[in-house]
Amino acid sequence: MADVLVTTDWVAQHAKDANVRIVEVDVDTTAYDQGHVPGAAGWNWTTELCDTLVRDIIPLKKLEELLGKSGVDNTTTIVLYGDNNNWFAAWAFWQLKMYGHKDVRIMDGGRKKWLAESRELSTDKPTFLAKTYKASAPDVSLRAFLPDVQQASAQKKAALVDVRSPAEFTGEILAPPGLPETCQRGGHIPGAKSIPWGKNCNDDGTFKSVDELKKLYADQGVNGDGPVIAYCRIGERSSLTWFVLKHLLGFQNVKNYDGSWTEWGNLVGAPVEKP
Amino acid sequence: MRAEGYTKRRQPLGDWEIEIETYQLGDVFYCTINNVDPGARFARAEGSTREEAESKALEKAERYLKQTRRFTTS
Repeated sequence: MADVLVTTDWVAQHAKDANVRIVEVDVDTTAYDQGHVPGAAGWNWTTELCDTLVRDIIPLKKLEELLGKSGVDNTTTIVLYGDNNNWFAAWAFWQLKMYGHKDVRIMDGGRKKWLAESRELSTDKPTFLAKTYKASAPDVSLRAFLPDVQQASAQKKAALVDVRSPAEFTGEILAPPGLPETCQRGGHIPGAKSIPWGKNCNDDGTFKSVDELKKLYADQGVNGDGPVIAYCRIGERSSLTWFVLKHLLGFQNVKNYDGSWTEWGNLVGAPVEKP
Repeated sequence: MRAEGYTKRRQPLGDWEIEIETYQLGDVFYCTINNVDPGARFARAEGSTREEAESKALEKAERYLKQTRRFTTS
């Protein structure tokens, strides 16, 4: 297993190690409040991992404060897990890598696997001895902005991987069923390939083997030879695919387009392909 | 405390496939409902019995799914 993934067994054994911080990352921390891995911190994606004024990643100072109050310093091993099959944990991983944290890992299978295995849960909200964290300036080579994507689409400079469901890709629906519609147009970015995020995972939420993942992407012509940009609707599912491509398959040039379809699908004059 | 009686099953709800996860923590039953594709949780509820938690979550899920529009793609 790659050193960026740990099993639920590993977490059960190491959750209380002095230099390990387990963090549950949810889009809605109700799940954390119900019960979480004992000793785990809880981070709310909406309010703590995004800038709440401007649509952007969390600013550097805010990240330093969040990590510091979570008892994390630059040498801490951070292990992330969460709901929705680790989508938001993957976002946190991507963001922590942008800010230069060295040892960050994901618990394979996420919250769902921990629950299904009937492992210990706690409702206690731990307090941590605050530490000082010094983040690096964000490494924007891991992030695609709109002009990068426009250029990639128009000039075929990078493989665009749309990780949404096939129905979102074709424009049959504008958002995952049951969730609010957040775009004006359906379809996909011209030239994008549809490789839904779920194809990365087994039924229990764990990642497929490296060989299976390599084949999944190679079959679509994505083999790591050139730059890759992953996108979805708001950038969290594509964080998971970014994690797979960059850290499980070792592709060198992979960016997450966190603007994703909520940017492109609302942009006046943007070309859209469907189905 | 541990999640007891964790179950997961798929079934149609209206025109959509959903996944229902239910478990008990202490005296409370929790039910969360995900769309099967792409796999996002969009409804949840709790209750004093499994049936109550699932019934409440399904009621919410049905209401939310009715707001999802389907468009022709051709």
